[in-house]
Amino acid sequence: MNPAVPISDAVFALTLALLMLAPLAIAGVALINTGLGRSRSAAQALLGNLAILAVSAIVFALVGSALAGIPSAAACCSGHSFQLAGKTWNWLGAGPLLLSGFASAQPLSQLAVLFEFLAVAMAALLPWGSGMDRWRLTAGCAAAAVTAAIVFPLAAHWIWGGGFLSQLGVNFGLGAGFIDGGGAATVHVLGGLSALAVIWIAGPRKGKFPKEGLATALPGHNAVYVVFGCMLALVGWLAWNLAGAVIWLHSPLAVLPVVAVNTLLSASGAIAATFVVTRVRFGKPDASLCANGWLAGLVASTACAGIVNPAESILVGVVAGILTPLLVELLELALSIDDPSGAITVHAAGGLWGLIAAGLFAPMAGQLVAQLVGIATLLGVMLPLVYLLFAVLNRVHAFRVDPDGERIGMDLHELGGGAYPEFVIHRDESYR
Amino acid sequence: MKYAGLLVMPAGFFLSIAAVILFPAPAPRAAFVLCGLAVEAMGLAVAVRGHMEARGERRP
Repeated sequence: MNPAVPISDAVFALTLALLMLAPLAIAGVALINTGLGRSRSAAQALLGNLAILAVSAIVFALVGSALAGIPSAAACCSGHSFQLAGKTWNWLGAGPLLLSGFASAQPLSQLAVLFEFLAVAMAALLPWGSGMDRWRLTAGCAAAAVTAAIVFPLAAHWIWGGGFLSQLGVNFGLGAGFIDGGGAATVHVLGGLSALAVIWIAGPRKGKFPKEGLATALPGHNAVYVVFGCMLALVGWLAWNLAGAVIWLHSPLAVLPVVAVNTLLSASGAIAATFVVTRVRFGKPDASLCANGWLAGLVASTACAGIVNPAESILVGVVAGILTPLLVELLELALSIDDPSGAITVHAAGGLWGLIAAGLFAPMAGQLVAQLVGIATLLGVMLPLVYLLFAVLNRVHAFRVDPDGERIGMDLHELGGGAYPEFVIHRDESYR
Repeated sequence: MKYAGLLVMPAGFFLSIAAVILFPAPAPRAAFVLCGLAVEAMGLAVAVRGHMEARGERRP
């Protein structure tokens, strides 16, 4: 990102308006996650989304924004760096603490800061859905604080803040450096990998994997939330991708309708493919898997909507839509990974595919290698780092609720009241 | 076993970075970056395997 790029007042106003709509993507994901969870944990799940959003925003403002090295008017893309092979490797941001100087920053820098606030909230939110029904609220907030203070700022600086991944093009002739116009890497892959770490640490829900036989199906409690969340997410994603194209790719206004069409086509291709795959595999299309397919298409578009053409966008979506149900099955049945929201499949795998697609379809030479180096960084550095940090955090403040809490539901255990007080909560057969 | 897998993964990252630095030609550079990703995939596979074994031991 280069904050010295001048933008007109009209572009500033448009991008600001788009960023006001982008939180609908967060709302959509929150609704989807809640619907995919169980009714006795619904209030805790939604409250957790709000709490995580709040914690991540505060921590990012206090600490994370400095480490992300948000470019300011005074110093563009400054940060800590070292010399290796005759090149400068910028690895950590050195922005002002507590967002000082934000009011006088360049307009594009201000928009970038606002975008990163939304991005960190989404990245911190994704593991929450995967830890549903057994992850304590306070532990979720603590993990969000770690994400906002350390993990996200590192990735954001490397990719958006002038770090070494963004400089791969300048230093080594690899296309335009690692491209991530909407946060597929910094938000979705990072969030999906964090979800994997949480699942490994917290373990599966009780009764999910019995000693004998296949994994127990624990279906979501409200398909209406899930599908409506998908519609809400579309609005947010359109705004998110358009704002990202302006801020990080410096796309001209004339390109923005194409970005919007690509976003829609990717999601459409994905849900159509998931519909067909689930119809063929199970005899009937599966609502929650189709919703996950739709979301995977949106996630994939986050990486490449500003780069590909509409036909390629459909292809990107179709591949994401085919991968989604197959990976969900693989993770649950073959790998014993209990991911109620499907964050690993939808966000990590969908985001990785989008990043590869951006490299495949970009016209610049060497772009695919730049994307692969970025992916190697996410998998080789971010996953072990997140797991290590979360494992230490788990020692300090246990992630998993006690067995009694899991039995009566997170709502009653953590909040003292359920989301649907007039409903009868049925006994869970798996606890007999 | 899970930790062993996670420890292998950064090696793949360093291999990818080394490929970018050491090979100016596109073909060997891309090949070694892919090798780095393959190392990471192996590390991830070991970590997943470790998770599955731990799950099997803890099942009621």
